[in-house]
Amino acid sequence: MKKIACIGDKDSVLCFMAIGCSVFIAESAEEAAKTLRNLAADESYPIIFLTEKYYNAMPGVIDDYAEKALPAIISLPGSSGSEGTGLANIKALVEKAIGADITFNN
Amino acid sequence: MAQLIKVNPTRMELSKLKKRLKTAQRGHKLLKDKRDELVKQFLELVRKNRELRTEVEMKLKLSHEAFAGVSAVMSPQSLEEALIYPKQSVVLEPSEKNIMSVDVPVFEYKMQGNQSDIFSYGFAFTSGELDDAVQGLSDVLSQLVELAETEKSVMLLASEIEKTRRRVNALEHVLIPNLQYTIKNIMMKLDENERGNTTRLMKVKDMVLKQNSGY
Repeated sequence: MKKIACIGDKDSVLCFMAIGCSVFIAESAEEAAKTLRNLAADESYPIIFLTEKYYNAMPGVIDDYAEKALPAIISLPGSSGSEGTGLANIKALVEKAIGADITFNN
Repeated sequence: MAQLIKVNPTRMELSKLKKRLKTAQRGHKLLKDKRDELVKQFLELVRKNRELRTEVEMKLKLSHEAFAGVSAVMSPQSLEEALIYPKQSVVLEPSEKNIMSVDVPVFEYKMQGNQSDIFSYGFAFTSGELDDAVQGLSDVLSQLVELAETEKSVMLLASEIEKTRRRVNALEHVLIPNLQYTIKNIMMKLDENERGNTTRLMKVKDMVLKQNSGY
């Protein structure tokens, strides 16, 4: 049975428990990285949501899974609000693929 | 600057190189087409991803705010207690879709449990704000799954485009010029041999004529 996993600090991810995601509380980036590796190895979590704070803290770990189809590791804003990581990531991907950002005309 | 490929300047090698050049040019054309199509698909996905991302982040912000409101009126213990045994659970069914030979994930999801009652707690000890917060988050779930799908596809396509672009460039700027240069070089060498041969024959003919006629 494949499920959605959420990793983050307690305030940010507790609410995801209510909608039926598997929640893993991590109080530090190292802890989150460890949990992430375990979950990715497990293969029963095709989607892993990670709060932006931890997402930014471990680019190396995330890059390891960038080339694989699963799991999809996606950043989400935490309880402290969005830092713009998600949009910055999209921008970086466009730049990587095309060489210049041509979709952001703002 | 094109570099000479180290081969013997023979007709055999020449025809081999010509074949390689043809293959390289064909490969180059195909890869270029692949890259163009990938970029087209990629841009569509990126646009979708961007819209979804903005919307999801906005909705999540609202629900985080709602939860912050809830935690102001409820004790952390009772909040955790209310949420810890969810009535519904999300079951994902991942499959794969092929976009230009890149396998991207597709997520289908099903909710298990009673749909009409998503609240995992009794109403007596929780505040009404919690209901709104949970409801709001529950509504955003389908978009979250879609976001995950799109964003992962964008990531995978981006790295594939990068790879294809490198290949196209390597063929266009390294392999093909090198092959052309080497082919030209071999042809010149062969021609030079030919000319040398003709001159030698003429010379020999002159010498033989001279000897025979006694001039």
